[in-house]
Amino acid sequence: MTHVLDPDALPGATPAVHAPLPPYDDVTRSDSAFRGFLHGLPGVDQVGAEARVAQLGTRSIKTTSKAWAIDTAISMVDLTTLEGADTPGKVRSLAAKARQPDPSDPACPKVAAVCVYGDLAGVARDALAGTGIHVAAVATAFPSGRASRAVKIADVRDAVENGADEIDMVIDRGAFLTGRYLDVFEEIVAVKEACGDAHLKVILETGELKTLDNVRRASWIAMLAGGDFIKTSTGKVTPAATLPVGLVMLEAVRDFRIATGRQVGFKPAGGIKTTKDAVKHLVLINETAGPDWLDPDWFRFGASSLLNDLLLQRQKLRTGHYSGPDYVSVD
Amino acid sequence: MIGNDRLAVRKTYKLYVNGAFPRSESGRTYEATDAKGHFLANVAQASRKDARDAVVAARGAFPKWSAATAYNRGQVLYRVAEVMEGRHLQFCEEVAHGEGLSASKARAAVDAAIDRWVWYAGWTDKLAAVLGSANPVAGPYFDFSLPEPTGVVAVLAPQQSSLLGLVSVLAPVLATGSTAVVVTSKDRPIPAVTLAEVLATSDVPGGVVNLLTGDAGELGPWLAEHADVDAIDLTGAPAGRAMELEREAAGTIKRVIRPPATEPDWTADPGLSRMTPFLETKTVWHPMGV
Repeated sequence: MTHVLDPDALPGATPAVHAPLPPYDDVTRSDSAFRGFLHGLPGVDQVGAEARVAQLGTRSIKTTSKAWAIDTAISMVDLTTLEGADTPGKVRSLAAKARQPDPSDPACPKVAAVCVYGDLAGVARDALAGTGIHVAAVATAFPSGRASRAVKIADVRDAVENGADEIDMVIDRGAFLTGRYLDVFEEIVAVKEACGDAHLKVILETGELKTLDNVRRASWIAMLAGGDFIKTSTGKVTPAATLPVGLVMLEAVRDFRIATGRQVGFKPAGGIKTTKDAVKHLVLINETAGPDWLDPDWFRFGASSLLNDLLLQRQKLRTGHYSGPDYVSVD
Repeated sequence: MIGNDRLAVRKTYKLYVNGAFPRSESGRTYEATDAKGHFLANVAQASRKDARDAVVAARGAFPKWSAATAYNRGQVLYRVAEVMEGRHLQFCEEVAHGEGLSASKARAAVDAAIDRWVWYAGWTDKLAAVLGSANPVAGPYFDFSLPEPTGVVAVLAPQQSSLLGLVSVLAPVLATGSTAVVVTSKDRPIPAVTLAEVLATSDVPGGVVNLLTGDAGELGPWLAEHADVDAIDLTGAPAGRAMELEREAAGTIKRVIRPPATEPDWTADPGLSRMTPFLETKTVWHPMGV
């Protein structure tokens, strides 16, 4: 802990930690400075945020626009299986689905990534070799994040060695909620370093942060610490990816790029089950952060059941009649 | 007491989907009139998206309903007859108004409709005995065949007989263990709406029956083409369009009941003719003697 009363923190004794991009390179100089910065971020008008997403949610997306939205959404899916009962066989079948989501239509785009636990990343990497589909692994004692930092770092290194090129980490919500923001920041920095070349997605677990103000603060911590993506949830806690939370996080990535020039991606995860939910998120991105984020490199859906609904809607548009769950694979 | 100047409560009925009473997604309603053209009530006019939602509800209800014991299904159907009996007068009045029948004829139709539920309730645990078989095969196998429900059945209900006809096409679907999406008579929807209220307050699980008031000509093609519908009963299809609907249903190999040239006499004994089309036969070869 970098603390002014801590003798290790005196000038000269401070270990060189990652400094955020200018103009924020001095906000992490001490606990109190960082707290002052985060609490100085503009407050979120919760009622206004809810009204804004409700209004955007009414936008009507039909016919060719809908077809585009569905294909774009499919190409942004992080196809996820995070169960205790996961097996190499299940991961391989998920990889097969990722390569060709709709076997009845070769024109269907492939998904962005397959997201698994770290020990199965190698299976996913082998099954996806040469496809361009990324292998994402959750790490840092997912989903609770309750482990010592050494264990978390080892978890990340293990996942990267197994073949993951994207790491989904969870922040220490306990530290965040007790106000030890610099601890949260330093942990993300350390994990980012352990990732090496792998992209880092930082899971805020917004369902446990309670307020939108906290969501904004946690987003800024993750971006300042060098996260490549900020992600809403683990999918294990309800509520997960709600639209007001998405609005606040998208505003954060937008503001961060304006201030520093660095673009950070956004990934809502958990609770997005229908095509309608997905399209609402696409509208929200376009209207909040801008079309630059409408790309699998900058936006992902963390989902498992969403893909099947996207495929059913796609089949409906293609064939002109309603499809049914018998026409997509059971996961 | 308030005198005759009391303002009557005009009714705007809704659909019955997944055990709830939603408005049509389209927001449309139409006026239902009696046989003489006088206004009776406003009724929701279902759209293709309501039909889609109804199919999702029926599919969701199918695993539990089809797995219920035949005895249990029989009890549930009998309970529907009990609740209908309690609304006897209301049904008589609605059938008399909607179909332009005399009080005694309306009463006979309602009685027959309630008896029809009881009749089908009795059939639930007898179907396997009558339609199943132990098959003599040349090998060391105990070989037997069992009737199983087909799945989600779309029903275009009769246009003329608004209660007895409706019950006669709906009850066999439930008795065999399938779930139903019913498009009611367009011009005589009121008894079907009351039947929905009966179903909601009896023991039929939500989603097992979904009643859509609206136009069979509009909804029929969507249901006939729907890939998640396993069978379709075209009894109430618009005149001359049954062939077209049957062709659309063939795309996903649905079971089809063709409409008769004219609406049949619903008081006649239906036999098994409306149950067998919605059953699939499962044959099991069980090794024995080893």
